Amino acid sequence: MKSTRATQEPAWVRYTLLGLGLGFLFFFLGLPLVAVFVEAFAQGWPAYAEALKEPETASAIWLTVVIALAVLPFNIAFGVAAAWAIAKFDFRGKSLLITLIDLPFAVSPVVAGLIFILLFGSQGWFGGWLSANEIKIIFAVPGMILATLFITFPFIARELIPLMQAQGKDEEEAAVSLGATGWQMFRRVTLPNIKWGLLYGVILSNARAMGEFGAVSVVSGHIRGETNTLPLHVEILYNEYNAVGAFAAASILALLALVTLVAKTVVEWRMRKETEMLTADLPAEKTS
Amino acid sequence: MISFRRSLSALLFSLLAGSALADATLLNASYDVARDVYKDYNPLFQKYWKAKTGESLELKQSHGGSSKQVRAVADGLEADVVTMNQANDVEFLAEKGLVAKDWTKKFPNNASPYTSAMVFIVRKGNPKGLKDWGDLAAPGVQVIVPHPKNTGNGRNTYLSAWAWALKQPGGNDQKAQEFVGKLLKNAPLFAAGGRDATTTFMQRQLGDVLVTFESEAEMIAKEFGKGNFEVVYPSLTLQTEFPVAVVEKVVDKKGTRAQATAYLEYLWSREGQENAAQNYLRPRDPDLLKKYAAFFPPVKTFTVDEVFGGANKAFVTHFKDGGSFDRIYVQK
Repeated sequence: MKSTRATQEPAWVRYTLLGLGLGFLFFFLGLPLVAVFVEAFAQGWPAYAEALKEPETASAIWLTVVIALAVLPFNIAFGVAAAWAIAKFDFRGKSLLITLIDLPFAVSPVVAGLIFILLFGSQGWFGGWLSANEIKIIFAVPGMILATLFITFPFIARELIPLMQAQGKDEEEAAVSLGATGWQMFRRVTLPNIKWGLLYGVILSNARAMGEFGAVSVVSGHIRGETNTLPLHVEILYNEYNAVGAFAAASILALLALVTLVAKTVVEWRMRKETEMLTADLPAEKTS
Repeated sequence: MISFRRSLSALLFSLLAGSALADATLLNASYDVARDVYKDYNPLFQKYWKAKTGESLELKQSHGGSSKQVRAVADGLEADVVTMNQANDVEFLAEKGLVAKDWTKKFPNNASPYTSAMVFIVRKGNPKGLKDWGDLAAPGVQVIVPHPKNTGNGRNTYLSAWAWALKQPGGNDQKAQEFVGKLLKNAPLFAAGGRDATTTFMQRQLGDVLVTFESEAEMIAKEFGKGNFEVVYPSLTLQTEFPVAVVEKVVDKKGTRAQATAYLEYLWSREGQENAAQNYLRPRDPDLLKKYAAFFPPVKTFTVDEVFGGANKAFVTHFKDGGSFDRIYVQK
């Protein structure tokens, strides 16, 4: 009954709400996206291609991909382990762990970057030891990977926890009682169950890793062709009055975002189909 | 373990930088619009150094906001040299013990190989007839300037206006403060930085006049077209310096003192000076200043040292908490 009443709002209410929503989307998402490409191609296709061929831009694209790939295995391992522990077990300090996982969402990325400077910078806690052993973390690629890791690690866990909680531990218990080893159980039972959720988390964290500015900016040192990621490079080009170069680089980021969006939609669609199949398989008594 | 780490980082470096073959590397940490200057300068120096010593050098650049850059060097960014646009920033490194205390004496001209001047950018045809600092404080004129307290651009504007007011008949500090207060009242907003101020003025078409570096005017022309604005030289303005220094701690550790010192010294060579001139920075070499006179009309300038007794003193008197800017701003 409720659902029919919801659609019986007067037409003007529905259209105003729809108009507001679409108008907001157009002004805050559509227009900027169009503007990026208009600016990037302001001086024609050759200038655009030239800007992307610039070795420093090329190396920024490359570094962005390298960092995103480097944080991925850590994020997957941590995300699955944390979600597993939280969803399948009860232990003291569980809510503390959940709060800690959310910390990067709450902390400003700039502060996250500064934390690493405080720890590993030459005046920081480990600075003396690191420089004595000639290990470079801050203002080098390892520091940028660390900062990105800090920003992106909650995504996969956050995606998996509700999914694994909903699935419960019945299937795993069944597998173990049938004699499966831990690894077999994980590979044959758990992983197939969470694979779309995991992929979804990977896509989200990846998008964030490639787009991260604040934290990475603090620890980068901005060495051209060496420690500039795409978002940092965009800012520098813009500050140098190189609008075409800046927006060409920005268009690459926008394209990455669009690819992410498509991948996300596909995964969501697959997830929905899978849940539909699951509910279709359920015995009739549950639907009453 | 260390050797594994080293080979791993070497691998990463060669992947990222594309060449790990150069004998030595120098990193130059610089302010953010200096890219063109050093992009052209680095190959000149590489050629000179190769011819002189046979060593091929790899030169790397790091650009960012001037104060952010020195902060990074203090926190461990291994820059062999810093090339900045504010003496305060190099002074900060000297206080931290990274740069020699007497860094201004290590190179000629106060360790500043080239200079620029603060100028006015006005709308085409100069509709409000703005010719000198006094006109900027007139009622109904809108002045676009970055925040005087924390940007080099803004500080230079502030000091220029102050010095101009001092040099007027009967001028004193009291009158100068009143004048600068009047001028700042004409600022509809304080931009966050030089680039932000330019965007406000050129793209958002806000304000009647933008105060900025002479060198910046050419950058603006490159992006927004030469015909859209005019450059006005006031009767007296600040000669802005671009201090350079060797980062002692880093060159000692890396063993690059000779290369780093030569890199900075070469900025004063004929080639280095000509490169600065071609990037619209006023060379120290009088012959070249004459040769590029079309870029650099004669303008009466003063230095911060002459009028304010040094960059540090100027900073403390005017921009530190409780300085003259805070007093003006509270009155406003």
